Amino acid sequence: MLIERRWKKWSYFYIPLALFVLFALFPFYWMAVTALRPDGELYRAWRAANATPFWTLAPTLEHFQGLLSSTKFLRWLGNTMFIALASTAISLMCGLFAGYALSRLSFRGSEFLGTAIFITYLVPQTLLFIPISNIVRDMHLGNTPWALILTYPTFLIPFCTWLLMGYFKTIPRELEECARIDGATRFGAMVRIIFPVAVPGILSAGIFAFTLSWNEFIYALVFLSSVDQKTVPVGVVSELIRGDIFFWGQLMAGALLGSVPVALVYSFFVEYYVAGLTGSVKG
Amino acid sequence: MAEVVLTEINKWYDRKVHAVKNVSLQIRDREFVVFVGPSGCGKTTTLRMIAGLEEVSSGEIRIGSRIVNDLPPMDRDIAMVFQNYALYPHKTVYDNMAFGLQMRKFRKEDIRGRVHATAEILGIQPLLERKPRQLSGGQRQRVALGRAIVRHPQLFLFDEPLSNLDAKLRLQMRVELKRLHKRLETTAIYVTHDQVEAMTLGDRVVVMKDGMVQQVGEPLELYARPATKFVAGFIGSPAMNFLEVAIRDAAGALWAEAPGLRIQVPSDQAARLRAHQRATLGVRPEALRPASASDPAEHIFAATIDVVEQLGSEILLDLRVGEAPIAARVDPSVRVKMRDTVRLAVDPARLHFFDVQSEAAL
Repeated sequence: MLIERRWKKWSYFYIPLALFVLFALFPFYWMAVTALRPDGELYRAWRAANATPFWTLAPTLEHFQGLLSSTKFLRWLGNTMFIALASTAISLMCGLFAGYALSRLSFRGSEFLGTAIFITYLVPQTLLFIPISNIVRDMHLGNTPWALILTYPTFLIPFCTWLLMGYFKTIPRELEECARIDGATRFGAMVRIIFPVAVPGILSAGIFAFTLSWNEFIYALVFLSSVDQKTVPVGVVSELIRGDIFFWGQLMAGALLGSVPVALVYSFFVEYYVAGLTGSVKG
Repeated sequence: MAEVVLTEINKWYDRKVHAVKNVSLQIRDREFVVFVGPSGCGKTTTLRMIAGLEEVSSGEIRIGSRIVNDLPPMDRDIAMVFQNYALYPHKTVYDNMAFGLQMRKFRKEDIRGRVHATAEILGIQPLLERKPRQLSGGQRQRVALGRAIVRHPQLFLFDEPLSNLDAKLRLQMRVELKRLHKRLETTAIYVTHDQVEAMTLGDRVVVMKDGMVQQVGEPLELYARPATKFVAGFIGSPAMNFLEVAIRDAAGALWAEAPGLRIQVPSDQAARLRAHQRATLGVRPEALRPASASDPAEHIFAATIDVVEQLGSEILLDLRVGEAPIAARVDPSVRVKMRDTVRLAVDPARLHFFDVQSEAAL
């Protein structure tokens, strides 16, 4: 009986899980191996007798050195960080207030507004960047970080608003009603009671917004042109693919370093953001 | 300490739903008033209008000397206890209780003194440093009470505060609430759907149905002289029996007749009933008892027992008179069994008659 159960647990749970983890993590592994592989191994043919496609025999940091010395990678990292933080802050701020209003205040057209905000999120960026590029040009924001800081919220605000709206709805109304009776204004109750209780939701909205803007590609590609202004995803791709030459080692080293901050952010807040997505507040 | 006066208040939702209809009420200083009624009767909405959490569509609410219609909740000097406690989950018990005082800019030492004094009254001092999620249901309820008491408001509002507790704890908290009210002497309005809570806690009870006040009175008054059939059926457990009867004038007296039943109407009620052909007869299960030889024949009828429920302290009988089901609550010494036919005597002073259409007491 016990043995059978263990067998079942393996076949229904551990093995599928292991396969999934393998599938999900393989690209990262590939990225890491490629970044550490010396050029000699990198350009060796698949069928060569001494090919070792899945591991490397002589790991080297030469690609990292090359990346840091021959490109402006650190500068890009700084750009990306600044742009991601600023646009996340703006979007979170707007999303907080909009989400609160949509979930708590019943005003004329609030339902419609909620839907309208959601619809803006559904417009694909690949279409939206055309009119936005007009605006960016007219406002002379092109090739400055502000071109991105002010355009990322176009998709981040709807996202944050909806996530937070859902989270606010799980917080019992009585909490703020009680606070208002206790002597807080509506705004006071929101800031002192609802926001602290909503911290898991706010954090997960923030993490997602940060990740989305960190990884964003199209706007960054279109609105930034000089090497100094680029973000990591655009910089790595545009500077390390020259014509039809791919600097695979440096590309992967850039990708690896570029994904470190995001991974760090996630690992720090993982508990909060799981709570934020499953929404569990007990009064 | 304040009296609360509601004058013809109405609540409309979206101009479609008329949730509270022309409620006028005067709640005296230091009184404990209970709003009771089935769900959707408007009792909670009325309470929330008094609290300032809902707008008043029309009418006037006065607390003490101030008309509060347009005052935000924070300026009404009230405290409210919610059904789900609504404790601030991110604050400790101490901070939960201190929040209202902090918002009102009390000095730190005063807050400390008040919170500890209140915690002492409620026996929650050992819990002050805990977070709400570390408390049991009963403890949370106490903290919620403490948070209300600590501010010394003019008026307490309770929105079904005991309905999330288990039966035993509910009983205990009920007694405690009553004791607390004696001690604090603050006007209190209490909403519940539980008639036992209403009867035991209220100095006066307001029975509501469909947004209208059915009757306002002291608990015993509601029990003894219900103004409508609804109140008669709602107050008291098991509920009052109702029978459709015909009113006949015979042999110089008035008789209430139904299949299997013929009871003389007491002379003091006869005058009011004479004009009616039909009426609803109401008699409480506890007003029925097995007939003895000394009972006059005009107050006796026969009934068949369907079910006998032995409760130890009493026996509940489900019976049939003709086809109509009735319940009786009799002494545990009575020896009966199912399918028996028993002769029941009714106390003529405890007969109630209601108009068939309007359901008002006759």
